[in-house]
Amino acid sequence: MFQGGVAHAAPHSGYDDAGPQVRAMQDDDTQNPGFLWVQQGETLWTEAAGSRATSCATCHGPVTAMRGVAARYPAFNPATATPITLAQRINHCRTEHQGATRLPPESDALLALSTLVAVQSRGLPLAIDDTGPLRPFIAAGETFFRTRQGQLNLACATCHEERAGHHLGGALIPEGHANGYPQYRLEWQKLGSFPRRLRACMLGVRAEPLPADAPDATNIELYLAVRARGLTVETPAVRP
Amino acid sequence: MARPLINVPKTVRRGDSFEIRILIAHPMESGQRRDEYGKQIARDIIHSFLCTYAGEEVFRADFFPAIAANPFLAFTARAVETGRLVFTWTDDHGAVAFDTVEIVVE
Repeated sequence: MFQGGVAHAAPHSGYDDAGPQVRAMQDDDTQNPGFLWVQQGETLWTEAAGSRATSCATCHGPVTAMRGVAARYPAFNPATATPITLAQRINHCRTEHQGATRLPPESDALLALSTLVAVQSRGLPLAIDDTGPLRPFIAAGETFFRTRQGQLNLACATCHEERAGHHLGGALIPEGHANGYPQYRLEWQKLGSFPRRLRACMLGVRAEPLPADAPDATNIELYLAVRARGLTVETPAVRP
Repeated sequence: MARPLINVPKTVRRGDSFEIRILIAHPMESGQRRDEYGKQIARDIIHSFLCTYAGEEVFRADFFPAIAANPFLAFTARAVETGRLVFTWTDDHGAVAFDTVEIVVE
């Protein structure tokens, strides 16, 4: 008998599965450790960087103007004709418009700026345009999601769709919606990005993790954002 | 290191008690873990924390290795006069960090 699964149900945020203590941490901005990075991001937003000595605020103005942006990411980048994640977009701004160096993936500075931009959209529904040029990339992301991989021969869908709501050891298997990244995980004891979470899952099924900024990593992030339609941005989410 | 997040009311009525909340950015490395080469990761925790209000000690805590990263503290004090809350904490590297916030008593 088929139990669990999310194939036709409305998406169910990992927030609803978290314990009351974890939910309380996420709900209270003074307790949510993700706000340490938001605060650091606020400093970086107005700090001049690079050969042009410009800050994010020079072009974008106050960060509140970024409300709604993160809900549309990953977005289509016409210059390269590929999707681009929010973190990649921030680094693109740094190299193209500020004349600065790229911030390394998973660095506190990049996490801080990504979280600051994303938190402006907190509470807004995810709004990826899946009718335009992103369609083939969403399809590629879905193929990745449904392809078995690794020594354990599991696809993302095996756990996060067929077995969602069941347990893996003592841990509940969530539906795997990426609506709260960058998010604070108690297991990590720090804030982390979606690519970090993806690497952890791929190591878990004993597959070779994708290199940073691999096209498949962006495609899966894009597909998950479409799959989670109906949920709102929760950045910075807190998860066990 | 990121600055701490401190949350206190801006103004309090004289004689009322008020809540002080502080979230400190710190890895709180327990000293029990090993890195990928099997080498022990040195302990690095905040071991003592002190809060003074208008020059007087109102809260002190000793921390131990079982406390998670980015510790959060909430405690209360009674409003007596307008003054500074000064938070000081010391970690295993001997680094003494502090932050202050002004509170107005009406």
